[in-house]
Amino acid sequence: MSILVIAEHDNASLVGATLNTVTAAQQIGGDIDLLIAGNGCAAAAQAAAQVAGVNRVLLADDASLEGQLAENVANLVVSLAGNYTHVLTAATTFGKNFMPRAAALLDMSQISEISEVISADTFVRPVYAGNAMAKVQSSDSIKLITVRTTKFDAAAETGGSAAVEAVAVAADSGLSRFVGLAASESERVELTSASIVISGGRGMQNGENFHMLDSIADKLGAAVGASRAAVDAGFVPNDYQVGQTGKVIAPDLYIAVGISGAIQHLAGMKDSKTIVAINKDSEAPIFQVADYGLVADLFEAVPELDKAL
Amino acid sequence: MKVLVGVKRVLDPQVKARVKADKSGIDLTNAKMTMNPFDENAVEEAIRLREAGTVEEVVALSIGAAKSEETLRNALALGADRAILVLTEDVLEPLAIAKVFKAIVEKESPDLVLVGKQAIDDDCNQTGQMLSALLGWPQATFASKLELADGTAQVTREVDSGLETINVNMPAVVSVDLRLNEPRYASLPNVMKAKRKPLEKMDLADLGLDTANRMTTIEVMEPPARAAGVIVESVAELVEKLRNEAKVI
Ligand SMILES: Cc1cc2nc3c(=O)[nH]c(=O)nc-3n(C[C@H](O)[C@H](O)[C@H](O)COP(=O)(O)OP(=O)(O)OC[C@H]3O[C@@H](n4cnc5c(N)ncnc54)[C@H](O)[C@@H]3O)c2cc1C
Ligand SMILES: Cc1cc2nc3c(=O)[nH]c(=O)nc-3n(C[C@H](O)[C@H](O)[C@H](O)COP(=O)(O)OP(=O)(O)OC[C@H]3O[C@@H](n4cnc5c(N)ncnc54)[C@H](O)[C@@H]3O)c2cc1C
Repeated sequence: MSILVIAEHDNASLVGATLNTVTAAQQIGGDIDLLIAGNGCAAAAQAAAQVAGVNRVLLADDASLEGQLAENVANLVVSLAGNYTHVLTAATTFGKNFMPRAAALLDMSQISEISEVISADTFVRPVYAGNAMAKVQSSDSIKLITVRTTKFDAAAETGGSAAVEAVAVAADSGLSRFVGLAASESERVELTSASIVISGGRGMQNGENFHMLDSIADKLGAAVGASRAAVDAGFVPNDYQVGQTGKVIAPDLYIAVGISGAIQHLAGMKDSKTIVAINKDSEAPIFQVADYGLVADLFEAVPELDKAL
Repeated sequence: MKVLVGVKRVLDPQVKARVKADKSGIDLTNAKMTMNPFDENAVEEAIRLREAGTVEEVVALSIGAAKSEETLRNALALGADRAILVLTEDVLEPLAIAKVFKAIVEKESPDLVLVGKQAIDDDCNQTGQMLSALLGWPQATFASKLELADGTAQVTREVDSGLETINVNMPAVVSVDLRLNEPRYASLPNVMKAKRKPLEKMDLADLGLDTANRMTTIEVMEPPARAAGVIVESVAELVEKLRNEAKVI
């Protein structure tokens, strides 16, 4: 078997999710090549070459891959896919964008967000916001797969010494143009790679009050997340959202503050190792998944927690 | 301009899915069904474009069993002008759904196709991307803002690192996120009117497409349950437990 992993990167280094995807590839078994596609991304290719277990790094460095538009990335993946039995990428907004497009161009299905590898053609994937796990077997000749990264450990970032080979890039599709990215600025660890996350919900009442969580996050080296209600209300930006439509995370410690625990929120955090809930309503469904529940007014409990740390 | 909107009938998001005892799937007998929430945003956006005078006609499309007519009537009550139901008892994969959409696009020639970014039952997040690939059109996924001008669409996309903006040629496929707009409710008079709006039905078989599934569902299982937790009495007790029992801080 031979596997192509499409890496996510910021030109300089790999995004953590790529390392988890490499582990999923290792569980399928076979030679693993990593594709780095972008504009000015040679440094990311060098980083990729160090990842343990990688056979070759394919570098597609071209102006047409600026912003990694789905049309151009999908065409590139299609041009390479014929050499592989499996093509994998992380189920991030990057992977979810181009992979189904590449699959359709190849007339193949995509197996979305696998959480377990059973064999080279059989996988488990969550459906219904994680309320059920479907075991599915694919009959396609190339398996195009997105990976739920919280379900696979990260591969070692060093220890490998893969060769970097340049690959040809097809012409710009001309269908779409990258205009810009307004990235949220934060000094803190990234939500999906943090080992501790503290999230606030509608109970926080406003964005100003989120500073109470920031203070705790700084002490614990944690990231700050939020429920959809808090994002919709404009307390915090969209990339804070944890859940079925936001980010799926599984930190060692997840602290939910003023979050009720709707099915869609649980879908994004219920695989966390330890869950803490602080909520004034003892009936809130979040307590059903919490290892430690504190029934309290957050405006008293959170400052007290801050002091105790 | 004409807009085609995808409308899928799914289990109500407030209802917890129950796995069937024989592990063959989810038990949907007598379950409350509704329009996929993301599709409500897609329908809303299409109607707003028509109200703004940018679009003349909004056509809603659903692929599924006869009951999907209810979901299409709901789209008509919200303001869609007419609806198309492609009838099948089979549960199709996104690739097959995209092929059906393509066949309808070839008949209807819309300038824009709006779909939800994901259906909340199967959470595939594929259909829009696959459809645009099959049509050779550009795609703009996870849209939280859409502006049409001069034959292009400027789309703000919710991505993991923040908000990305792209500009795509029209015709295009746009998959929508929940923050794109606030969907309206259907008024009673509009629900009544919707009953008389045109709804065309066709059989999937008559479209002559290869919609065979590429995947077999071997079994559907319950997710592992979490062990019951404890209620702590104070912040001090919480901190003590996190330090000494869970050892996570
Ligand atoms: C298709 C779809 C997708 C969705 N995707 C997501 C998603 O990805 N992520 C997500 O989070 N949601 C998602 N939702 C929304 C979800 O259903 C809930 O509406 C949302 O999670 C509620 O957010 P919340 O818990 O912050 O607010 P609420 O449900 O309003 O809960 C607020 C909680 O705060 C508590 N509280 C209030 N004041 C205090 C106080 N002073 N002290 C202590 N506690 C207090 C209350 O007791 C309550 O339990 C989705 C919904 C749909 C339909
Ligand atoms: C237990 C179980 C397991 C399954 N496992 C798989 C599996 O592993 N792989 C697989 O591919 N399928 C599987 N299916 C089929 C699945 O239910 C969907 O019908 C199909 O995959 C479409 O995916 P989606 O709706 O999640 O697509 P998405 O791509 O998430 O849908 C996005 C949007 O496309 C549009 N759309 C999608 N379907 C329709 C429709 N019928 N009519 C109108 N608009 C539509 C809507 O606008 C929707 O918001 C499974 C079904 C069950 C019950």
